[in-house]
Amino acid sequence: MKSYEEILAELINLIRPMVPNANELSPDMELVDNLGLDSMKVMNLLQEIEDQFDVSIPLNVLPDVRTVGDLAHKIHQILERE
Amino acid sequence: MNLFDKFKPLLAARAELSDIGVDPFNVKVEKILSPTEAIVNGHRVILAGTNNYLGLTFHPECIAAAENALREQGCGTTGSRMANGNYADHLALEREFAEFYDKPFAMVFSTGYLANLAILSTVPGADDVILIDSDSHASIYDGCRMSSAEVIRFRHNDVDDLAKRLRRLKDRASRTLIVVEGIYSMLGDVAPLKEMAAVKQEFGACLMVDEAHSLGVLGETGRGVAQAENVEDQVDFIVGTFSKSLGSIGGYCVSHHPELEILRYAARPYIFTASSSPSLIASTRVALRLLQEGSGLREKLWNNAHRFYEGLKKLGCQLGPRVSPVIPIMLGESRQESIAIWHDLLQNGAYVNLVMPPASPDTRCMLRCSMSAAHSPEQLDALLEIFARVLSARGMENRVS
Ligand SMILES: Cc1ncc(COP(=O)(O)O)c(C=O)c1O
Repeated sequence: MKSYEEILAELINLIRPMVPNANELSPDMELVDNLGLDSMKVMNLLQEIEDQFDVSIPLNVLPDVRTVGDLAHKIHQILERE
Repeated sequence: MNLFDKFKPLLAARAELSDIGVDPFNVKVEKILSPTEAIVNGHRVILAGTNNYLGLTFHPECIAAAENALREQGCGTTGSRMANGNYADHLALEREFAEFYDKPFAMVFSTGYLANLAILSTVPGADDVILIDSDSHASIYDGCRMSSAEVIRFRHNDVDDLAKRLRRLKDRASRTLIVVEGIYSMLGDVAPLKEMAAVKQEFGACLMVDEAHSLGVLGETGRGVAQAENVEDQVDFIVGTFSKSLGSIGGYCVSHHPELEILRYAARPYIFTASSSPSLIASTRVALRLLQEGSGLREKLWNNAHRFYEGLKKLGCQLGPRVSPVIPIMLGESRQESIAIWHDLLQNGAYVNLVMPPASPDTRCMLRCSMSAAHSPEQLDALLEIFARVLSARGMENRVS
């Protein structure tokens, strides 16, 4: 199973092309407020992430996801549960 | 920070509209003249942006039945179905829906919105899963929010993605409710229900289909896409509305599961709202009968859809993938330009719906046109002539995509 750090690194690789203007991506950056992703981009990103990690991220958990790190944690949790 | 700060972006968006001097989301229908004509914001227009698919809103038999019920049973029921609002006619309409669909159980709700809230908030519970198409209507999303189930989206109309997500759920797939629509309200595209029903069977899940835009439009007797695809036996819940092809207000659900009946004691959107007024129930009963008899109406509707679609295609409009009574015209990304086109159409006598992101499927704006069986060939020609004039004046004609 992938570790949190591995998931985070893969996640950052997925997000980087969507935010060409951001220089360093860190786990505490907020997807909407810092990275400026709108709701449509977040939804598209989620679908890509779901394919990459072969998971489904329930809509219910999204209110708790603000930062890149939160998202990595959630994916880690879901993979762990399986 | 105060309570109202969160509205700042919306207020700014509205201010932008009032700067342009037009608000497409706040039009005034000054006088409704017929199923296909009205005076809107001072302009006499042909309506090509409603959901009046069979054109029954002014049908003399529907009106007569409503008038009768109004006089005999009063304006409203002043009560819930669970208390004093459960009139004989509500039950009669439920029986008629059950017979129409050839299913043992049927429930009627005060709106289609509430029908979706009722099923989704009550049938799937904690530890269950709801698997919805990502283009689902707001009432489906809101029903999911009211439920304690886990909610997962799959890519719009994508059977492989649906199967993939069911596979990921492992043994929870058997406690999953899949939710799709028949005809989708914005693009007029249709769920690949045959393939989806096969996937549902394979994983032992349940399937709910919202036939809001397909009732009276698809299927041999107008029951919707499940009938058209011959998979009605595999659909667990069919939900729909009276507010489109039936020309009134209300919602319904039919099922072969006896548990549907228990929703009368458990579904909050059924219990905690007043039942439909007697006049609405009465006109709906007649409209449902007309719909069943109405293969002629369906034929007219589809002829109109083909005629209008072909006409728009000749004008060079970029349309949806297939002919449907809902016909989207894709515009550019500029909101200002799209509002101007919409407004030109209105001033020239054509009312259609303007849809902008995030309500549109991508970053572009679009016009949503919809057909009715009540449109005459002359009205369609007049509409096409207006579109030709407006689009060429705006340099949109024959714009290739
Ligand atoms: C797919 C879908 N479901 C449900 C509804 C809600 O129906 P009603 O107008 O009866 O609340 C609509 C109508 O907007 C719809 O398009």
